[in-house]
Amino acid sequence: MANTINLKLQVWRQESADSSGDFHYYSMEDVPVDISFLEMLDILNENLTKSGIVPISFDSDCREGICGTCGFVINGIAHGPQSRTTVCQLHMRHFNDGDTLVIEPFRATPFKIVKDLVVDRGSFDKIIQAGGYVSINTGNGPDANSILIGKEDAEEAFDSAACIGCGACVASCPNASAALFTSAKISHLLQLPQGQIEQKARVKSMVDKMDEEGFGACSNHAECEAVCPKGISIKNIANMRRSLIKSIVK
Amino acid sequence: MSIIKAALPEKEIVTHVKKLDGKSPGGELHDKWSKYKSEMKLVNPANKRKYNIIVVGSGLAGGSASATLAELGYNVKTFCVQDTPRRAHSIAAQGGINAAKNYQNDGDSVQRLFIDTIKGGDYRAREANVYRLAEVSTNIIDQCVAQGVPFARDYGGLLTNRSFGGAQVSRTFYARGQTGQQLLLGAYSSMMRQVSKKQIELFTNKEMLDLIVIDGKARGIVVRDLKTGDIEKHTAEAVVLCSGGYGNVFFLSTNGKNSNATAAWRCHKKGALMANPCFAQIHPTCIPASGEYQSKLTLMSESLRNDGRVWVPKSADDKRASEDIPENDRDYFLERMYPAYGNLVPRDVGSRAIKRVCDEGKGLGATGRAVYLDFGSAMDRLGEKNISDKYGNLFDMYETITGESPYKKPMRIYPAIHYVMGGLWVDYDCMSNIPGLFVLGEANFSDHGANRLGASALMQGLADGYFVIPYTLGNYLANNSLDAVSDTADEFKESIDEVKKRNESLLKIKGSSTVLELHRELGAVMWDFVGMARTKDSLAQALEKIPQIKDKFWSDLNLIGNDDNLNKSLENASRLADFIELGELMALDAYDREESCGAHFREEYQTSEGEPLRNDEKYAYVSAWEYIPDSSSILHKEDLNYEFVEMTQRNYK
Ligand SMILES: Cc1cc2nc3c(=O)[nH]c(=O)nc-3n(C[C@H](O)[C@H](O)[C@H](O)COP(=O)(O)OP(=O)(O)OC[C@H]3O[C@@H](n4cnc5c(N)ncnc54)[C@H](O)[C@@H]3O)c2cc1C
Ligand code: SF4
Ligand code: FES
Repeated sequence: MANTINLKLQVWRQESADSSGDFHYYSMEDVPVDISFLEMLDILNENLTKSGIVPISFDSDCREGICGTCGFVINGIAHGPQSRTTVCQLHMRHFNDGDTLVIEPFRATPFKIVKDLVVDRGSFDKIIQAGGYVSINTGNGPDANSILIGKEDAEEAFDSAACIGCGACVASCPNASAALFTSAKISHLLQLPQGQIEQKARVKSMVDKMDEEGFGACSNHAECEAVCPKGISIKNIANMRRSLIKSIVK
Repeated sequence: MSIIKAALPEKEIVTHVKKLDGKSPGGELHDKWSKYKSEMKLVNPANKRKYNIIVVGSGLAGGSASATLAELGYNVKTFCVQDTPRRAHSIAAQGGINAAKNYQNDGDSVQRLFIDTIKGGDYRAREANVYRLAEVSTNIIDQCVAQGVPFARDYGGLLTNRSFGGAQVSRTFYARGQTGQQLLLGAYSSMMRQVSKKQIELFTNKEMLDLIVIDGKARGIVVRDLKTGDIEKHTAEAVVLCSGGYGNVFFLSTNGKNSNATAAWRCHKKGALMANPCFAQIHPTCIPASGEYQSKLTLMSESLRNDGRVWVPKSADDKRASEDIPENDRDYFLERMYPAYGNLVPRDVGSRAIKRVCDEGKGLGATGRAVYLDFGSAMDRLGEKNISDKYGNLFDMYETITGESPYKKPMRIYPAIHYVMGGLWVDYDCMSNIPGLFVLGEANFSDHGANRLGASALMQGLADGYFVIPYTLGNYLANNSLDAVSDTADEFKESIDEVKKRNESLLKIKGSSTVLELHRELGAVMWDFVGMARTKDSLAQALEKIPQIKDKFWSDLNLIGNDDNLNKSLENASRLADFIELGELMALDAYDREESCGAHFREEYQTSEGEPLRNDEKYAYVSAWEYIPDSSSILHKEDLNYEFVEMTQRNYK
C-alpha cells in the first residue's frame, strides 16, 4: 500500500457573499494517506501562505464529527464519498493516487456563501428558535426519575437528537429543503413525554419558519438521508408530517 | 527521589504580601450555600429588565447562564466565535456528567461526591465551592431531563449510570458517547427560547478582544466581527465570561480548533488574576498522533475504562501482534499497580503510568508512544452487542480515524492534553477580582484543584450557569449602585484603538513563519518542558525558549490577507500571540510550585512509588498571578484552609 498519493484539486474560491466566485486549480503531491481531509487542506493552505496567496477559507472546530462546523461538497457529494462521515473525519486513505477532487461550498439559497467554502447556516438557529425546545425555566424540573421513559423510546429520541446541524441535508436536496433537520428536532421531542405538551404549536411554528427562511418543500428524494453524517432517518420527516396533520385537524 | 540541578539562573518571583480572600461564607459546610441564598440581597423583578448582562461564550457554562439569566428577566447579550451557539466546544464531551443522585443505591451522597472531588483534585481546591458543586449536581440532572435530554435509560424506564475514574460509585449520567452534545443542545434550546422572547440578543461569529473596566468595574467588552472585521463595543452592568479552556496552548490537544485563551487573557491583562495556570490535565486515553501533519488529537472517552483493560507486553522486546501475545505475557499495569481502582484510576495517575511503561521501552508501534486498551475480555463476558450499545459511536470514531476496528484489535491509546483546571481566579461568587467580571465553566479555576475527575467539567459548567450565577450576580447587582456608562467613554476609545493597532501590526510583519508553524513550535516546548513531567531545569528552559518564540512571532510572522473580512489566519495569529504569553506564565507557575500535586508533576517531588509528593506546608495555596506590563507577573496567594476534610496522601491502590 502506497503511503502517499498525488491529487489534483479544483477548489471554489469566492471572496465574499456579493462577489462572484470561480474554481482554482491546485496540485498536491505526496499527501500521506493517514491524514484527514482537512489536514490535507491545512497543508495546501500552508503552501499557499508561503507563496503569498490567501489561504482557502473553510470552517472546522471539533474535527471529531460532532460540532457540525465543517462541511463542503467533494465531487458532488456533501461531506465527500464516505458514508456517515463528516468531512473532518474523512481520511485520505479513501482516495486514490491521481484523483481529481472538486471541492465546493454547500449550495442552497438560504445558505449564503461567506467566503470560499464557508456558508452562513444562521437560518437553522431561527428554525430552532421557532419552537425547538421545551418551555421550562431553570429550577422547575421534577426529580429526573419521576419521568419514566422506556429504553427504546429514549434510544429513538436520541437517534433523532443526534443531528449536528451541519446542513448537508439541505445542500444535497434538489429543493434545498430543511425537512430532515427540522423533523429531527421535532421527532426528538415528540418521542419524549416532556415534549408532548407543546407538540402541536411546535410543529406548526417550526414548519412555518422553515418556509419563511426560504427552504424548499420536501418531495421525498431522500438524498438528505444518504448524505447525513449522523444517519438521521427520513422516518423523522414522516413523523413530522403526521404530527403536522394532527395539529391542523384538531 | 532525584533532584535535578537547575542549569539556569534562579528566577525571582515577586509575591504580593496581602493574602487573597476567596470569601467562602462561614458556618457548617452543608449550610453555607443555603445560608448564602437566604441572606443575599435580591433584585426586584421590575428592576431586572434594567440590567444588561454580557455573556461571553455559549458552551455549557455560557449557554446555561444566558438562558437562566434571561428567564429571570435580565437583558442578556450572548457572544460566541462559532457561527451558532450550538457548536461551542462543550458539544464534543463524550462520556458523561456526574451527580450525587444515588439512583444506584450504591452509597453515593453529596458528601461523597464532595470528598471524591476534593481528593481527586489533590487538595488544591476550595472546600466551600466544591461542596456547593456537589450539592447542586442533583438539580442539574432534573433540569436536563425536563428539557428533553435523552439520557440513557434501563428497561424499566429509569435513568442508568456508569462509573468514571476516581470514584467507587456509579454516578455518571450519559447519553451514549455524546453526553456533551445532548447537554449543550438542551442549554441551547433553552437559550433559543429566550432569543425568541427577545430576552437574549445573540451575537455569533464575534470574538471578544477586550474587557472594558470603568471606575474599577467590568462594564463592557470590545468584539471583532469575524466575518466583516468590524470592531464593535457593548456596554453592560456585568460581564459573565464563559470562554472555555486554553488547552490549545499545547497545539495538539483534544480541544476544538476554535478553543482559545484570548478572552480570558485579555481580562487578565486588564487586571483579572490568573489562577493555577500550570494545572493542565492530560487525559490517558487519546488516539496517538500519527504524524507531523496532525492537527488535533481525538479523545477516547474515559467511560471506555469501565470495560477496557490497559496493557502492554511484559517484555520490551515482544514485538508480536496483540492477538499472538498470551495472557501470561501481558502486563495489565494499571490493575497491577492500583488494584483497588484498577483501570479506573484518576486521569493524572493513569497518564503517568502509561508514560512510565512507554519510557521503559514497552510502548507500541514505531513511535513507542502507545499502549493497548483492550475490550477482548469484556466482549467475551458481555457479548459484542452489549459493548457496541455502550460504546458503538466511540468504536466507530476510532475506526474512522485509524482504519482499525476495536472489535477486532485492541485500541491503541496515549495521553494528551485535554482540560485545564487553571483559569481566571474567582471567589465563592464566581466573581473575579475585578468587580462585575464573573467567570464560569472551564474558564475559571474554581472547583477541580490540581486534577479534575472525569464527568465533572460538564457538571461544573452547568452548576455555575444554571444554579450559581443567577444568585451571585443578583447579589452583586443589588449591592452595588452602578452609574450608567456610555460606549463613547474614553475607555472604549482607547481599547478600540489598541485592538485595531494590534491587528494591523500582525498583518504588517510579513515574515516567513506561518501561524501553524509557530503554534507547533510553542506546543512542542510546552509538551516537552511544561508537560506531563516537569523539572526545575525543564521549566527554566521553557522560560528561556518561550520568549524567543514570542520574539520570532512578532518579527517573523507570515500572515496573508486583510482585516476587513473572514480571515482565519488572522484569528489564529491573534490567539497565538496570547497563547505564547500564557504559556510563559504557565511555565513560571509550574516553576514556582516546588511540589507535585495532581496533574502538576515535578519529577523532583515524588514518593518512592512514583506518586506525586505534595508539600502542604509551603504550597497549600492557590497561585493567582497579576499581569504587570513589561515586567514579571506578581504572585498573589489564596491560602487553602481545610476545615472539613483532612489532607492526606491520595491512595488509589
Ligand atoms: C473531547 C472532550 C471530551 C470531554 N468529555 C467530557 C466528559 O465526558 N465529561 C465532562 O465532564 N467533561 C468533558 N470534557 C470537558 C468539558 O467538555 C469542558 O470542560 C466544558 O464543556 C467546557 O465548557 P465551557 O462552557 O466552559 O466552555 P466551551 O464549551 O469551550 O465554550 C466556550 C465558549 O466561549 C466562546 N468563546 C471563546 N472565546 C471567545 C471570545 N474571545 N469571544 C467570544 N466568545 C468566545 C466559544 O465560542 C464558546 O461558545 C471534555 C472535553 C473534551 C475536549
Ligand atoms: S439532519 Fe443530518 S445532514 Fe441535516 S443537519 Fe442534521 S446531521 Fe446534518
Ligand atoms: S469540525 Fe466538528 S463536525 Fe467536523
